[in-house]
Amino acid sequence: MPAQSAATEQPLAGGTDLPVLEGKGIERAFGSLRVLRGLDLAIRQGEALVVFGPNGAGKSTLLRILAGLMRPTAGTVAVMGNPVRSHEPETRRPIGLLSHQTLLYDDLTPLENLMFAARLYGLSDPKRRALAALEALEVSGRALDPMRQLSRGTVQRVAIARSLLHDPSIVLLDEPFTGLDVVGAELFRGVLAGELERGRAIVLVTHQLAEVWELATHIGVLLGGRWALHEARPPKLSDFLPRYGELLRG
Amino acid sequence: MNSELASARRIIRLGFALTAIALIAVAGVYVRALMYTPIEVRQGAAQKIFYVHAPAAWAALMAFSVVGIVSALYLWLKDPRLDLFAASSAEVGLAFSVVMLTTGPIWGKPVWGTWWTWDARLTLTLMIFLLFLGYLTLRAALSDPSERARFSAVVGILGLVLVPFIHLSVYLFRTLHPAPILLKPSKPSLPDSMLATLLYALATFTLLYIGFVTTRYGLARAVAAQSGREGTDA
Amino acid sequence: MASWIRLAWLIAAKDLRVELRSKTALLSSLVFAALVLVVFNFARDASLVSSTVLAPSVLWITIAFAAVIALNRAFNLERENASMSGLLLAPISRGVIYVGKFLANLAFVAAVELVTLPLFVLFFNVDIWDSLGGLLGVMALASIGFVAVGTIFSAMVVKTRFAELMLPVLLLPFMVPPLIGAVQVTTRLLSGRPLSEMLGWLRLLAVYDVVFVTLCVMVFPALVDE
Repeated sequence: MPAQSAATEQPLAGGTDLPVLEGKGIERAFGSLRVLRGLDLAIRQGEALVVFGPNGAGKSTLLRILAGLMRPTAGTVAVMGNPVRSHEPETRRPIGLLSHQTLLYDDLTPLENLMFAARLYGLSDPKRRALAALEALEVSGRALDPMRQLSRGTVQRVAIARSLLHDPSIVLLDEPFTGLDVVGAELFRGVLAGELERGRAIVLVTHQLAEVWELATHIGVLLGGRWALHEARPPKLSDFLPRYGELLRG
Repeated sequence: MNSELASARRIIRLGFALTAIALIAVAGVYVRALMYTPIEVRQGAAQKIFYVHAPAAWAALMAFSVVGIVSALYLWLKDPRLDLFAASSAEVGLAFSVVMLTTGPIWGKPVWGTWWTWDARLTLTLMIFLLFLGYLTLRAALSDPSERARFSAVVGILGLVLVPFIHLSVYLFRTLHPAPILLKPSKPSLPDSMLATLLYALATFTLLYIGFVTTRYGLARAVAAQSGREGTDA
Repeated sequence: MASWIRLAWLIAAKDLRVELRSKTALLSSLVFAALVLVVFNFARDASLVSSTVLAPSVLWITIAFAAVIALNRAFNLERENASMSGLLLAPISRGVIYVGKFLANLAFVAAVELVTLPLFVLFFNVDIWDSLGGLLGVMALASIGFVAVGTIFSAMVVKTRFAELMLPVLLLPFMVPPLIGAVQVTTRLLSGRPLSEMLGWLRLLAVYDVVFVTLCVMVFPALVDE
């Protein structure tokens, strides 16, 4: 059952045909090492693209480029039709990121961390927004405890709350279920489902397909910097896995 | 990638040629300096070191300006070859500043009675030496080529802007604290033959600098081309 | 413009709060400053060299070294959980991040200076009351200069393995003009010299500050944009 929404109640307005996130011809090289060799993607409201693939395939690099943290060597990334540019800060506003690191300050409390993020995004009534975000992930009870005292699972929930705090149109997630126990994972899936229902879009990188299979609308397999597979999610995971095995062998 | 290696090799050959010419010219200058230029009355034979010291300082300063300007160009144009050129100039500049810093005291001791003096030019070249050292040490400590290029470019630009401030600080210091030295090492009025030797020396050292940097730059391009072919990080 | 200031202050305040909780950098700096002063105190022979000649140099060497220790804190703290990405992701300009870090560093260096000054008076028996205003002024002017450049360099060296060593190596030449100016002005202040004798140095310090703060704000994006 979908959990209480993490931020405001407003669904996304505007034309629903415009992709929330669009990448064209994304390439990235590190020196002479070419990690991404030309990727296209377009994600619309309510869609969830799950990116899957072996280690070193470039999944985290792709996510960083989509988040605007890294410039592609070639290609473009646009959010709601606006190209993401590092010297135009507002183009980053619709983006939310949950990396495999928490982006939090261990010496501050969860509430302080979220209020800092809220102020950074210029949100009105930062304290209320921060508390609401923590509520949605059911960690508001620990809001005033030092982060260092919290368990890994609780910290992860705070990180999730932070990433959704400013109502991002596109949420980018890198191995988000790491550290979450069964209850936390279920809660988080509910939060994500709620976000999708309200018109958000998601790109999720994971090693654990089973956890997100039902949530996904599209699957992308990244192999050697290119899409080996990029299509709507097949109905059954058990059908997909053999195909994935073949892709790896081929 | 083969064409890249070929261009690099051409640049190296050009560099060798220029360096060879420059070395011959340098030898010629020193023959002139030792045999045909009169001995300076007050400083004696030790003054001849001036013909190594001053051009070396000049070359070091020139190398430094090149690093700063090319660094700014790199940040603007993002061409990795500009980064390689700046780094080459820094290495060559470091070598020249070492020459300058060693010949200075060797000249100074017999002439001024002291190994070192904090006059404007010596202090400036010491600072430039330290800046070169910092620049190259930073490059060595960074493994990602893009980071290395961007970060050292910033150091290069900041360093170049620093130079006038160092000069001003020392100048202000000097005017308020006249240095207790017997002879001013800077700009004595030189008789024509000495001035000519000095100018020749400056010209040959400039050519030497160009030769060295070209060679070094060619080598850097070759290394980059090589690692590109093998598909590993440069 | 107003939001710029608000955001820079937000980042600086966050840094201050984190430091007050962890107390790592500030405490090391203060202890270091105290130690250096003690060593200088024992090392000099008061009968040979008068305090007024030696004191300004001692004061500024202490401040310089203690400040360098504190500078690496700014970007080190963002490494723990990759929180730098959080700052870079936010809809704020890169320059704002730099200014926030710069302000936080300036606050720490000011704290070090405000602790060093009384210790200095204590150990070296100098009378600073008459020149206190001037002293605080020159401290501010000189600190702005090397903190501006130090903040930029600390953003770089945090990516290297020997950050604590690399920062002084890079920063030393940049500390020369502010330190020379600071020592010269401090000497004249403590000897009660007229303002006219210090104007040249003060101008140098001011121009240095303006030039380098501006330049650093401009080059900072090149450091953080991959």
